[in-house]
Amino acid sequence: MSARRVVITGVEVLAPGGVGARKFWELLTEGRTATRGITFFDPSPFRSRVAAEVDFDPYAHGLTPQEVRRMDRAAQFAVVAARGAVADSGLALDGLDPYRIGVTVGTAVGSTMSLDEDYRIVSDDGRLDLVDHTYADPHFYNYFVPSSFAAEVARAVGAQGPSSVVSAGCTSGLDSVGYAAELIREGTADVVVAGATDAPISPITLACFDAIKATTPRNDEPEHASRPFDGTRNGFVLGEGAAVFVLEELDSAQRRGARVYAEIAGYATRSNAYHMTGLRADGGEMAEAITVALDEARMNPTDIDYINAHGSGTKQNDRHETAAFKRSLGDHAYRTPVSSIKSMVGHSLGAIGSIEIAASILAIRNNVVPPTANLHTPDPECDLDYVPLTARDQLVDAVLTVGSGFGGFQSAMVLAQPERSAA
Amino acid sequence: MTASVVVTGLGVAAPNGLGGQDFWNATLAGKSGIGPLTHFDASGYPARLAGEIGDFTAEGQLPSRLMPQTDRVTRLSLVAADWALADAGVRPAELPEFSMGVSTASSAGGFAFSQHELKNLWSKGSQYVSAYQSFAWFYAVNTGQISIRNGMKGPSGVVVTDQAGGLDAVAQARRQIRKGTSLVVAGAVDALLCSWGWVGLHTSGRLSTAEEPTHAYLPFDDRAAGHVAGEGGALLIMESGDSAKARGARVYGEIAGYAATFDGREPGLRKAVELALADAAVTAADVDVVFADAAAEPELDRVEAEAIAAVFGPHGVPVTAPKTMTGRLYAGGAALDLATAFLALGEDTIPPTVHTEPAERHGLDLVVSQPRAARLRTALVLARGHGGFNSAMVVRR
Amino acid sequence: MSRTFTLDDLKRILLEGSGAPDGTGLEGDILDADFADIGYDSLALLETASRVEREYGIELDETVVGEANTPRALLDAISSHLPAQAA
Repeated sequence: MSARRVVITGVEVLAPGGVGARKFWELLTEGRTATRGITFFDPSPFRSRVAAEVDFDPYAHGLTPQEVRRMDRAAQFAVVAARGAVADSGLALDGLDPYRIGVTVGTAVGSTMSLDEDYRIVSDDGRLDLVDHTYADPHFYNYFVPSSFAAEVARAVGAQGPSSVVSAGCTSGLDSVGYAAELIREGTADVVVAGATDAPISPITLACFDAIKATTPRNDEPEHASRPFDGTRNGFVLGEGAAVFVLEELDSAQRRGARVYAEIAGYATRSNAYHMTGLRADGGEMAEAITVALDEARMNPTDIDYINAHGSGTKQNDRHETAAFKRSLGDHAYRTPVSSIKSMVGHSLGAIGSIEIAASILAIRNNVVPPTANLHTPDPECDLDYVPLTARDQLVDAVLTVGSGFGGFQSAMVLAQPERSAA
Repeated sequence: MTASVVVTGLGVAAPNGLGGQDFWNATLAGKSGIGPLTHFDASGYPARLAGEIGDFTAEGQLPSRLMPQTDRVTRLSLVAADWALADAGVRPAELPEFSMGVSTASSAGGFAFSQHELKNLWSKGSQYVSAYQSFAWFYAVNTGQISIRNGMKGPSGVVVTDQAGGLDAVAQARRQIRKGTSLVVAGAVDALLCSWGWVGLHTSGRLSTAEEPTHAYLPFDDRAAGHVAGEGGALLIMESGDSAKARGARVYGEIAGYAATFDGREPGLRKAVELALADAAVTAADVDVVFADAAAEPELDRVEAEAIAAVFGPHGVPVTAPKTMTGRLYAGGAALDLATAFLALGEDTIPPTVHTEPAERHGLDLVVSQPRAARLRTALVLARGHGGFNSAMVVRR
Repeated sequence: MSRTFTLDDLKRILLEGSGAPDGTGLEGDILDADFADIGYDSLALLETASRVEREYGIELDETVVGEANTPRALLDAISSHLPAQAA
């Protein structure tokens, strides 16, 4: 029996700068940024006051008032993106055995916005130690347990197979899709609606990232605040959004004549077992994840045409992953374009891994490498080709996309044209 | 033929016992850990009983440096992981770093830590929020801290499926072992007994408001009216059968089969059971005992009883719910049931369900009041999560 | 009234905010020891700086604090932010 291969046949993206995969791709290829001064609430008490917000009207995307009431913003993103991805795939899910359809949703921080708001209400703005249950939102349990995201998506697409939330900090978006691919490969599911969502732009998130000086204080230039690999970068810009995919087994996708964006050729995750937020400068564990993902894809470093970097815009990260690319790809690292879309759409924590998978498969589909915006004066210690400012037309058959997360998680995924991966 | 995945160590933190032996002795004796909630003043809330872990202190068991950056759930998880590793006779420092991983489930993260920092934020100001709020509350924290404490660099992750998570995390660990990882710390612990967490649990609509511990959590009983919430869970050391054999490890048993489904037009629990049995390549007749999810909510009890009866026949298999002695431990509950199943297999003894008088209409052979001696080779563990998650796992001696 | 900031103040705030390190930790002559060798990471120092700011009502220069690798350097950085000794 030959191993089952997994391909992406549908995608939808809700990212800052415009809802929908098309608008997302336009933003990236034009090198525009969607970072701005925070508008959701008065950010003046905070050190970092910029973010990449999604202009999102749930009703315009078909959610009912009931759905909007019971779902946190992140869950709304996930459901809208899931429906969009299924529509994009052209797959009639209701014609399939529902027990063979799975769901995975990645999130790092769940219903943070609703939790923050509801805490204020039940605690009377922090005055009560014993919070008042009579003021709790009737839908609070949905916010309390992030598993509600997977439940909402499963209901929205009619899935009855294995459904779960996958949470591994800021690698959740890669790990969720990696987990889903495994469900198909092992034969548990034939189709998985998989992706990730986060909507973390709330006071508590700002406060905790302020406390560790992880986010940028470049408040005077919000549109140029996210500067991965630039010598002047000083922290990441918080973002939000979602990307969801339809994953199928290759043969059945081909039989139905589906459009195949890319194969999930290899995936691995490793831990640095070092620090909850810190990274070792040598990038050893990320390099290991990359090497294992390439092995699983049966590909060599030289097969990689483009690296979609984690590129969060912290000095620690940029140097860590630059080291990891050199360690795992050798000289080929110097010949491969590397870019960070966080320069344009910010860092949406658990969601960004899936949003970056979307960028990677669109790069393969369109043969365009998206740029790193705001990169004017490269950090001398980051000496790879980071595709500054302008997108590049080139053949893209195979992409490596990586992520690093609090908790020490390091994940890597190889996406490729199916005919390019080894049969 | 896929290689077997076995369990070689148990780390248990339960309201009625800390450590596997302590917990097992209490469970066989029918000793309940349910009592009045004491972690905070619960007198103003509708539900006032809980399964609390009373005598746990992290100080002395964990470094002082970890205290300001950990919620209670992480401290319990780290200590349970230590116990599980010791029980398995594994010293992680002696093993290759990339050969070990961690797979946990969480239902709602470190909620007390979050409540404390939200209080700082809104009552004092953003500069009062702890630097550790950036990770101490989030769903992946226990996996991250266990991997750091034990130098485990292999594949690690977290699954969140409410109360089914304890089984799903173990299933994910089995996948990692089948793909080549030698050892995974897997399972779940939850600890949500702070006032805000308590409010959250109330909004499930499934908490019992009974006053008497003996009347509060009565699954499959006509008086069933919700459950008691508890804290704790279990972490298991999982290894490939080959590597456990090579190091001469004591083996509790094998993770033989697993499946997960989601409710749709009809409840998916029965299908999960059938798929798990098929995955284990066993028939219903091979199963010697079922550890029930035991929601103690009339409709959910009916669905579970019907699924069991449909697969095993009326009164066709002994069923038990030792969680009636601990309360529901959320993601930790299913992991604890799994640990309990292995302890039961080892001693050919089915632990009891306490306080319940099963309604005849459910058609269950519920093991009540006293442990039952039985020849046990194969057990089935069921777990359901709020919103429609169903998981079933078959374990075998 | 102005205040001074001593090594004992620093030790107290480190213990409160980040716990006691293993080994000899804060014992002995640590003024010129590297924080990493004593057992405190960058997160502990960020938490410490934030507690100092709250308690003393001052705003510390991030770069100066970020580059202070020893208790002596951190004490100097903090002292330079405290109001001058009143007459």
